[in-house]
Amino acid sequence: MTDVVSPVSGIPKAKSGRRDIGIKRRYAAERRFRTYGIAALSFGIIFLMILLWSVVSKGYTAFQQTMITIPVEFSEQVIDPQNERATNPQKLLTANYPVVARNSLAKALGVSVDDRVKIRAVGQLLSDGVRTQLRDMVVANPAIIGTTQNITLLAAGDIDSAFKGQINLSVAEENRKVSDLQVTWMNQLAETGVLAKHFNTGIFVNGASSRPEAAGVGVALIGSFYMMMIVLVLSLPIGVAASIYLEEFAPKNKFTDLIEVNINNLAAVPSIVYGLLGLAVFVNFMGLPRSASLVGGLVLTLMTLPTIIIATRAALKAVPPSIRAAALGLGASKMQTIFHHVLPLAMPGILTGTIIGLAHALGETAPLLLIGMVAFVANYPTTPLDPSTALPVQIYMWANEAERAFVERTSGAIIILLLFLIVMNVGAILLRRRFERRW
Amino acid sequence: MNMMSEAAVEKALDQKMNDASYKMIGKDVSVYYGEKRALFDVNLNVRENTVTALIGPSGCGKSTFLRCLNRMNDTIENCRVTGRITLDTDDIYDQNIDVVELRARVGMVFQKPNPFPKSIYENISYGPRIHGLARNKTDMDQIVEASLQRAGLWTEVKDRLHESGTGLSGGQQQRLCIARAVAVSPEVILMDEPCSALDPIATAKVEELIHELRANYTIVIVTHSMQQAARVSQRTAMFHLGQLVEENDTDKMFTNPDDQRTQDYIMGRFG
Repeated sequence: MTDVVSPVSGIPKAKSGRRDIGIKRRYAAERRFRTYGIAALSFGIIFLMILLWSVVSKGYTAFQQTMITIPVEFSEQVIDPQNERATNPQKLLTANYPVVARNSLAKALGVSVDDRVKIRAVGQLLSDGVRTQLRDMVVANPAIIGTTQNITLLAAGDIDSAFKGQINLSVAEENRKVSDLQVTWMNQLAETGVLAKHFNTGIFVNGASSRPEAAGVGVALIGSFYMMMIVLVLSLPIGVAASIYLEEFAPKNKFTDLIEVNINNLAAVPSIVYGLLGLAVFVNFMGLPRSASLVGGLVLTLMTLPTIIIATRAALKAVPPSIRAAALGLGASKMQTIFHHVLPLAMPGILTGTIIGLAHALGETAPLLLIGMVAFVANYPTTPLDPSTALPVQIYMWANEAERAFVERTSGAIIILLLFLIVMNVGAILLRRRFERRW
Repeated sequence: MNMMSEAAVEKALDQKMNDASYKMIGKDVSVYYGEKRALFDVNLNVRENTVTALIGPSGCGKSTFLRCLNRMNDTIENCRVTGRITLDTDDIYDQNIDVVELRARVGMVFQKPNPFPKSIYENISYGPRIHGLARNKTDMDQIVEASLQRAGLWTEVKDRLHESGTGLSGGQQQRLCIARAVAVSPEVILMDEPCSALDPIATAKVEELIHELRANYTIVIVTHSMQQAARVSQRTAMFHLGQLVEENDTDKMFTNPDDQRTQDYIMGRFG
């Protein structure tokens, strides 16, 4: 049946003169292109994995903290030897609480209080943070003086690092921060369960501290929260309103073209320039307080606006013109058309753009450096006008510290920041899904 | 009773048509898109309770003229309309005419079915709501039911009024759009190639619907299909290169047109 012979002449048909267009080459090119794509993706994934691995492996220990639980004897002899606390309220605030803790720990270790050298080494096991911890307890309840309480105390940062195995103990004793004697005590306490690792709530609630074991991102979290709220409250309405005006109402002329070009350019301006602008306008000209999250929020708002405007305009443009025609044809006004039909349809795009803008603002450090948010702030800011700091700035500051314990805290804070970013992005995806279902 | 009165209604309508009571009058209508002129001094009147078909080759200006009738051209940048168009006695391009009110009186159905991505009920109720036609929920329910019944869609969708309008088939969507236009009780309905995206069965349904709507509304329809114009309209206007070539009774137009160009177009010699 494979009939290639012409029925008329009986001569085999001439092969059709089709040009060789290289079908094999075309397929090869397609395969090659796919391989490039997969290679590029794998490259990206590998580096992402390395980044995450290095951050998590260095940082996960930051969420545990070495603590020492001992019976603390609130000896009246140390706290208030002259018994003047009734007449002098300063007495309880200025008492030598570290000695109280040190003596109690020495007792637990069986070290004589009179052995000056050893007792000093015992004191170094404990964080200086015990001063405020014990003071707060005594001030709150002076009746505690003279009694003995079981209390969990922070271990010193170096002991924390040594216990987590982050200090190389094979180095000569005089070249490291913990002595052999302290290591022996540490192991002795760990065996009896007196010294153990607990979940580190301090890293979430504490403010800045020069002692790594007492430092936390509490202030930074509050500062970042205030700033995000300010950015959201200001940039979403301003950005959406500006985009609606530009996209739907503004006449198309040279002036609006110029505005459009400038908005696109503003999105590409280095963020530190916004910091300079904020310093000049908000701090120097308007006299707002330095280091305040209000100023930080305003600067980040300026920085986020172009992103939101561009995303919103793209979302508005993507709404099919037939929907506008339908609404206008029914006699809806322009406002009604936009607010009843166009805006709800553009909502997923607007929300995604906004959350991406917010996430960008949350991770921004450079502009905050210029308005003084690189600050040592130990107390919670109660209003956005109080001095504060921000999560990425806190990371930046910790990264500059020398102690070993700050290394893990830097990575720990990065993990916290990444978690917030993940939460925001998941939120963006969920919101998008929710609104898209209405299509 | 219905059967009997139908013929009577038909007769009354034809009578009315011959009285030439004009619903809309277009006088020397010209449209410019920037520098380009799209319509040249068109004089075309639309009779009440009549289906007027606008035919002609692509780009001849028939859609442009249709969109002048409810000022949808206003939404196009640099579009300029000159001349006079009146609805009853009101000049619709007058400064004092509210375009929102005009569009409530002159409704429009588009080429592609464009229901809102909302429920069927909301699609219909949107127009009456923004024009304040319903006092309460019961009123609104009545309007929705009446509109859907007018559009012959009620029996098909009455059990799923709260499902999305975009989930209907193409033909149903177009009838939904007609019901939506009817819901604001317009006087004139403009249809811009309403069947071009539909299959023959859906087209037949929409044409039947147009035929029924004629009793209550004045309809202007743009179509590319000569057969459709012949089937649904009583008056036909032929456009060519932005000019009105001929306007006549549909029967006469398709059998014995006055103008040679109409003859050629209908015979398929150009266009």
